[in-house]
Amino acid sequence: MKLMKDLKSKLWLPFLLLPVWYLIYHFLQPMSNWVIDSVLGLEKGKHLTEALRFFIFEVPKVLMLLALIIFFVGIVRSYFSPERTRKILEGKSTFTGNILASLLGIVTPFCSCSAIPLFLGFVETGVPLGVTFSFLIAAPMINEVAVILLFGMFGWKVALIYVLTGLTIAITAGYIIGKLKLEHRVQDWVYQTKMGNSAEGEEKLKLSGRIRFGYDAVKEIVGKVWIYVIIGIAVGAGAHGYVPQDFMAALMGKSSWYSVPLSILIGIPLYSNAAGIIPIVSVLIEKGASLGTSLAFMMAVIGLSLPEMIILKKVLKLPLIFAFVGIVATGILIVGYLFNFIF
Amino acid sequence: MEIKILGTGCPKCKLLEQATRNTIAEMGITASIEKVEDIVKIMGYGVMQTPALVINEKVIISGRVPSNSEIKDVLNKNQ
Repeated sequence: MKLMKDLKSKLWLPFLLLPVWYLIYHFLQPMSNWVIDSVLGLEKGKHLTEALRFFIFEVPKVLMLLALIIFFVGIVRSYFSPERTRKILEGKSTFTGNILASLLGIVTPFCSCSAIPLFLGFVETGVPLGVTFSFLIAAPMINEVAVILLFGMFGWKVALIYVLTGLTIAITAGYIIGKLKLEHRVQDWVYQTKMGNSAEGEEKLKLSGRIRFGYDAVKEIVGKVWIYVIIGIAVGAGAHGYVPQDFMAALMGKSSWYSVPLSILIGIPLYSNAAGIIPIVSVLIEKGASLGTSLAFMMAVIGLSLPEMIILKKVLKLPLIFAFVGIVATGILIVGYLFNFIF
Repeated sequence: MEIKILGTGCPKCKLLEQATRNTIAEMGITASIEKVEDIVKIMGYGVMQTPALVINEKVIISGRVPSNSEIKDVLNKNQ
């Protein structure tokens, strides 16, 4: 009896919290103004005041958005295990497969430390190499943290652009890799490994289990990224009033043609998650970097990373890794130029 | 009871190993714990997400670190 009650109250808790969340979110702006102007009594318009105002408003806003969306995405993700994704992708024709794989990459839970077993699991059960790559490109690049942060800091248009271009890159890059017939560039032992039958079967989850999944996702992801969010916003707040408006214009502005390739080259060896890079990108943009260049930089940092290549080296031969990096980087390059041209 | 932790060495894998060891000590049961880090062997279990918990050659949990009470639960069930 007591157990039932516990379960039930836990089930409803998030839905009770929802209105509270909404109220706080709704009044966040006046509340932070009130703290700055009345409680701390700081002088309006001064650099320090405005920097603090920005910080006090942005930090809770972004963290609250993160917690809410990750909770719901966590619930959605509990329906998409990699095993199920693999089953959907088995024996799909290339183009449809690439599209599906990229879309599934967004919703399937993915951690870069699982990249290898996932890769092996896909390839060995007959998911085409190119389709597998579509998945591997989309999964880390388009994730809920990136989308929420972009939405919170730049609005829904930029978030949408990011998702759509990310998807396009994942689909085309995977398609091209498939067409290049690079199967022999996979390390020799890969196709010899026998994939055991998963004895586990599908873990059957009840709704309460899925809600727990959501809780755990919030705890895990917010627990991991909050510090990056705070540091990123602090840097943003600091730069807000102090760094000249067009500081980045010369280096990352529209007029310099080399800015896109340069920021990709800088971005590849850098490794950070979306939470760490997006607040910094927002500063770059505010200080005169163009949208296309910033987008390219961000995608290169999140989508292509040196540690990931090193992990992938275990299963892929060098030419395939180079092809992978080259094709994705070219895609990002096109996106960068395209958006510099449009906006 | 024979317990295996499958994982290539990511932070979560270490968490799972630690949690399992603690739980076993707490429950006072005798069990052998082996950490499997070889990717080919891991694939042999049909696991696509690490870490995974294997009890008596059966994959019980994969892709996440369960709570201590859940570990206790599955240990009891699969004894």
